Amino acid sequence: MAEKNAIFKKEMKKTHTILIPNMAPIHFEILKNVFIQYGYQVELLTNTGQAVIDTGLKYVHNDTCYPALLVIGQMINALQSGKYDLDKTAVVITQTGGGCRASNYFHLLKKALLKAGFAKIPVISLNLSGLEKESSLKITLPMIRRAAAALVYGDLLMLLDNQVKPYEIVKGSSKKTVEKWVRTLSEEFKNGDGLSKSQMTKNFEIIVKSFAKIPLNRTPKVKVGIVGEIYVKYSSLANNGLEQFLYEQDCEVMVPGILGFFLYCMDNGIEETKLYGGKRFMAFARGVLLRYMEGLEKNLIDAVKKYSDFIAPSPYKHLCSLCKGIIGKGTVMGEGWLLTAEMLELVEQGYGNIVCTQPFGCLPNHIVGKGMIRKIRTKHPEANIVPIDYDPGATKVNQENRIKLMLAVAKENLDKKIASKKKETANI
Amino acid sequence: MRIGLDIGSTTLKCVVLDDDNKIIYKEYKRHYSQITEKTAEMLTSIKNAFPKETDVKLSISGSAGMGFATQCEIPFVQEVYATRVAINTMLPNTDVVIELGGEDAKILFLTDGMEVRMNGSCAGGTGAFVDQMATLLDITPNDMNELAKTYDKIYTIASRCGVFAKSDIQPLLNQGAKKNDISASIFAAVVNQTIGGLAQGRTIEGNVVYLGGPLTFMSELRASFDRILKISGFCPDNSLYFVALGAALVPNNKLMNIDETIEMIGKYTSTNDYNSCAPLFQNTKEFEQFRKRHELNCIATNDDNANPDKIYIGIDAGSTTVKAVVIDENQNIVYSEYMQSNGNPISIIRDFLMRVRIRYPEAKIVSSAATGYGEEIIRNAFGVDFGIVETIAHFIAAKKFRPNVDFIIDIGGQDIKCFKIHNGAIENIFLNEACSSGCGSFLQTFAGALGYSIDEFAQRGIFADKPVDLGSRCTVFMNSSVKQAQKDGASIANISAGLSISVVKNALYKVIRASNADSLGSNIVVQGGTFLNDAVLRAFEQEIKREVVRPNIAGLMGAYGAALYSMKQAKTDSTVLTLDQLRNFTHEVTAIVCKGCTNNCHLTVNTFDSGRKFISGNRCEKPLAKATATTKYDLYEYKLGLLSEYKAVKGERGKIGIPMGLNMYELLPFWHKFFSELGFEVITSPSSNRALYLRGQDTIPSDTVCFPAKLIHGHIDALIDENVDAIFYPCMTYNFDDGISDNHYNCPVVAYYPEVIAANVGKLCDIKFIYDYVGPHRTKEFPAKMQKILKKHFGEISISEIKKAFTSALKEYENYMKKVRDKGTEYIEIAEKNNMPIIVLSGRPYHLDPEVNHGINKLICECGAVLITEDSISWRVEKFKTDVLNQWTYHSRLYAAAKYITDKPNFNLVQLVSFGCGVDAVTTDEVRRILEEEGKIYTQIKIDEITNLGAVKIRLKSLFAALEMGKE
Repeated sequence: MAEKNAIFKKEMKKTHTILIPNMAPIHFEILKNVFIQYGYQVELLTNTGQAVIDTGLKYVHNDTCYPALLVIGQMINALQSGKYDLDKTAVVITQTGGGCRASNYFHLLKKALLKAGFAKIPVISLNLSGLEKESSLKITLPMIRRAAAALVYGDLLMLLDNQVKPYEIVKGSSKKTVEKWVRTLSEEFKNGDGLSKSQMTKNFEIIVKSFAKIPLNRTPKVKVGIVGEIYVKYSSLANNGLEQFLYEQDCEVMVPGILGFFLYCMDNGIEETKLYGGKRFMAFARGVLLRYMEGLEKNLIDAVKKYSDFIAPSPYKHLCSLCKGIIGKGTVMGEGWLLTAEMLELVEQGYGNIVCTQPFGCLPNHIVGKGMIRKIRTKHPEANIVPIDYDPGATKVNQENRIKLMLAVAKENLDKKIASKKKETANI
Repeated sequence: MRIGLDIGSTTLKCVVLDDDNKIIYKEYKRHYSQITEKTAEMLTSIKNAFPKETDVKLSISGSAGMGFATQCEIPFVQEVYATRVAINTMLPNTDVVIELGGEDAKILFLTDGMEVRMNGSCAGGTGAFVDQMATLLDITPNDMNELAKTYDKIYTIASRCGVFAKSDIQPLLNQGAKKNDISASIFAAVVNQTIGGLAQGRTIEGNVVYLGGPLTFMSELRASFDRILKISGFCPDNSLYFVALGAALVPNNKLMNIDETIEMIGKYTSTNDYNSCAPLFQNTKEFEQFRKRHELNCIATNDDNANPDKIYIGIDAGSTTVKAVVIDENQNIVYSEYMQSNGNPISIIRDFLMRVRIRYPEAKIVSSAATGYGEEIIRNAFGVDFGIVETIAHFIAAKKFRPNVDFIIDIGGQDIKCFKIHNGAIENIFLNEACSSGCGSFLQTFAGALGYSIDEFAQRGIFADKPVDLGSRCTVFMNSSVKQAQKDGASIANISAGLSISVVKNALYKVIRASNADSLGSNIVVQGGTFLNDAVLRAFEQEIKREVVRPNIAGLMGAYGAALYSMKQAKTDSTVLTLDQLRNFTHEVTAIVCKGCTNNCHLTVNTFDSGRKFISGNRCEKPLAKATATTKYDLYEYKLGLLSEYKAVKGERGKIGIPMGLNMYELLPFWHKFFSELGFEVITSPSSNRALYLRGQDTIPSDTVCFPAKLIHGHIDALIDENVDAIFYPCMTYNFDDGISDNHYNCPVVAYYPEVIAANVGKLCDIKFIYDYVGPHRTKEFPAKMQKILKKHFGEISISEIKKAFTSALKEYENYMKKVRDKGTEYIEIAEKNNMPIIVLSGRPYHLDPEVNHGINKLICECGAVLITEDSISWRVEKFKTDVLNQWTYHSRLYAAAKYITDKPNFNLVQLVSFGCGVDAVTTDEVRRILEEEGKIYTQIKIDEITNLGAVKIRLKSLFAALEMGKE
């Protein structure tokens, strides 16, 4: 019989360093502190580049979705680097649950580790669906609460940074502010601070104010939204530095936050009970958690609105209402209806130029991404959406050329808008 | 003066405008990837034409110009946008623009909500595609256009990308189809690709303008667009220059000195930051050692003085080349030829045989054998004695060089074949999929595109200092990677070496899926023409860190193996045609439509002198009118038959249409019963065929979704014409639970494709389309939920009625599944009694659709096997632990079926995989693991729109041959 992967045992918490793949730099930097606070030794992986992709190609089925290939490539590449004591290292991977391939990442990673000769590296599954009981991290309710808090902080910082950076007069001021807050929040988290609702409300206020006071020069710029498969959407390794590219093209970028995805995952169970039937109690429990997190979301939105004139994210409830008549809330695999709703939200907020990112061959995105563009455009003819596929074979030139097409149309629309505004002003 | 420069993937175009926007100069030429030099040249010509103009407004457009425009700070205009600007100025009444370029295809919808579309990264159907196809036909693109003017019939050619199309065209050529028809078919494929990939639900009508090189130069391509779209498009003056024109027209206030600009562009070299691999050889000494080592694996060939008494002939008619050898009784090669088949292997082989007869007038031809794609036609045409599957032929030949060979890899023009040998028998076979064919012809195409012969090109790569790291990817992607590398300053040598390395990586990681050399074997023989290329050979050894054996006759191994085989099988006299017979040889090709059954196959009939015949293109054996080993135990046919019994029964509540695709292939019994019981007349959409697919293709939003999903669009369109009151196609996150998995999901596409249909099929707004989310797996809640849904559309139906209908429907579904299981059991018993091999053709319920499986079930039965399905045996297995998350109903059956057969010697499994099926990236590896851990052969067949059964045949025949050898 074939070799088996080692299992993460309780006592390893003390001895092992757990490697975490990096998806969204700001969020994960804060999030990792939650684990530290619970006594885990963790390290966020930062290795990138062709070597990661090549390693992925070697150990993962090449038709597998790109995020799996990258995440697994990144881990094995790190394990091969000689940087880690292989007797004292474990890896963690998320399992979203649901009918998407992503729920299988855990198994793909296990298979890949065996193939690469790393059977002794335990693999931990991070999931909220009760999968892989013997290998999953014990997650308690307070831990979920804290993790959610970390993500909300991340969302807030990302949101503000995105709206400040393109306009800042002193280059780098926004970045500095973000870095300062990541440091401060990490310190607070380690001491168990900054996580209660009241502390968060207070922190939000100071954070928003600290960005609001950065001097800006608000020249009109093309405003671009990014949606997509969650990993490709946030990870610059996966999307060939999409955000950076858009900045260089003189755009302002909006990326909807991770909290929305979290809420969506919670809500799916409730929706499912509604559609097909099921245990009311579970739906009720999920509902409690959902409302708690919606509370956090409200705090964030309120803080942005009250202490700045930045654009605040729409509440989750609003996203739910946006997809009415466009796509059913029963579409719950992968990013599901949320991705469509995010596009609609972006259009509403003035970010009608959208890059819809997806791994090549991403099944849910055939439906909720490319599949919905026509309907969105029927409702909002001004929506200017370009779907871009990412995979190890796609070249940057090809992708950038298509994005530039979208930007050329966006620029024209912007110029028209500026011209008509000028006319208006002249008429007055 | 304004200059617009359009730097496309293959050509360079410029337009110079005066102050009144009049064109005063234009030029068009190929740049052979020497972009900066040719650009500087072109600007110099402009300068010379207008010596007085020193300062100009220059804009660059085109995919290949993007990088260097930015670096040189020259204004850049995206090319599709440039086209739009030009059209708005020059032809403001245009509704739609179709522009084909070297590597891009674009459609611009200008009226009723402007939309601009460009092909994604996985798409052919462009100029490069047409060029590639012309090369394959051994004619120029111009000839192709001329030939297409007189065509009789259109063949279906997969249009997704060049690689696919190639594998469709090659067998057509080998079967003797006419080039006129093939040329016209290629144009039709381009049109279908453009519409299928880019229309995405919008109708192409009104004033349509054709732009770009291919549409300008090829009248028949335009005619093909006109015919298929039922329009009459228009190709304006300067249709080559619209992008350049647009670039010149876009407002630009940057005045540049022309001399300085030329100088700057001329000097421009990229930052040279491409990713590279280690060089193939450190120095010439290393190369010499390498060469000497390989010279040892040499057998005598082509002895001009030989005068054998008895000879044996082996012919390998491959996809692009014909290899033939003559051996004597000592198994030495006395004569051999390696010929390009140029699309007509028959006449080439005739010439070869005549030369052999003339060369050895005294010798007796004892025996002969043919192998390869053309095996059957050659046997029929020339009376060749034996046929042999090419995998076996290669194995026989390899054993001559290394009797204890345990791994063979053969990279030919079109195919990669690898097999593992265990205990003297083929244990496992890997063949490349259509979509990963980085093989010999791939290198040749690149060499040609860059202006080199393949030998010269390969030679240059040997001493490359920094080979480009191109990874392992499909040809279409590779094109743009090579372009990128060139832009980054990679030399031809480094590109050549990089491509050789990528061929190797493709074979190792995509085809074999190997992660280390040990998994291959310790006595490796490499063969196939591509390995004669030292760069490829070296790259292979480097990549697996092991020395391998390359016979000097690497390119002839198939033919040599066939000759050896014919010797072993030899009877007394060969039936190969005599010299006189060869002189009188005639060959005629006609195309007919078979009337034998409803399939209406397009047959190609080859008639030779004295009435010998060869028919191809058939899906069954009716037209052949001869007895074969074909069994009639085909569970696919049985299931199809069961489903066809669900006919419409008149009902007072109205007509409900159900599209026959995806999960409906299994749930039809359920829904049919459910609605019939409720008093609805249930109309199913007609069976799929090419025409049905084409009628829905303009509403497909994602061209990379699987083919079964794309087919649904056609079914919906057909149902709309059936005058039904409503179309029922529900979303279903969950499937029924077979009880053998951890969860019972549908895959995302099956679950939610109705949403895509609702969002993209415009015609549905005039009809009731019911695509609510339903969950019949929840028996308690379903009736009430369903009642609500039906109420929205048909008014109140009582819950008791629904409950009753639901109970009957569940029973009907169970009944159907039971029939399938029982029939399976019956077939298994028959097979066991008669000692027949059993093939479990496993896939999804919708693989039953003959348009999806292309008749692979029949092919299997033709090989004398009994065919059963995964769902007919999956129930025989208790739930067990898999190494993957076992959470999809259909897929859990695959694992169970694989598990079930592991200890049954006469069972084998063939897995059908639809191109683009993301879920199968998970299932294939797992099914393979389950089988291989118990020493079973795993066979996977990837299917798409593709209709080429040749490759599938070889795969199946190899499987059977391997099983046969295993028995011996």
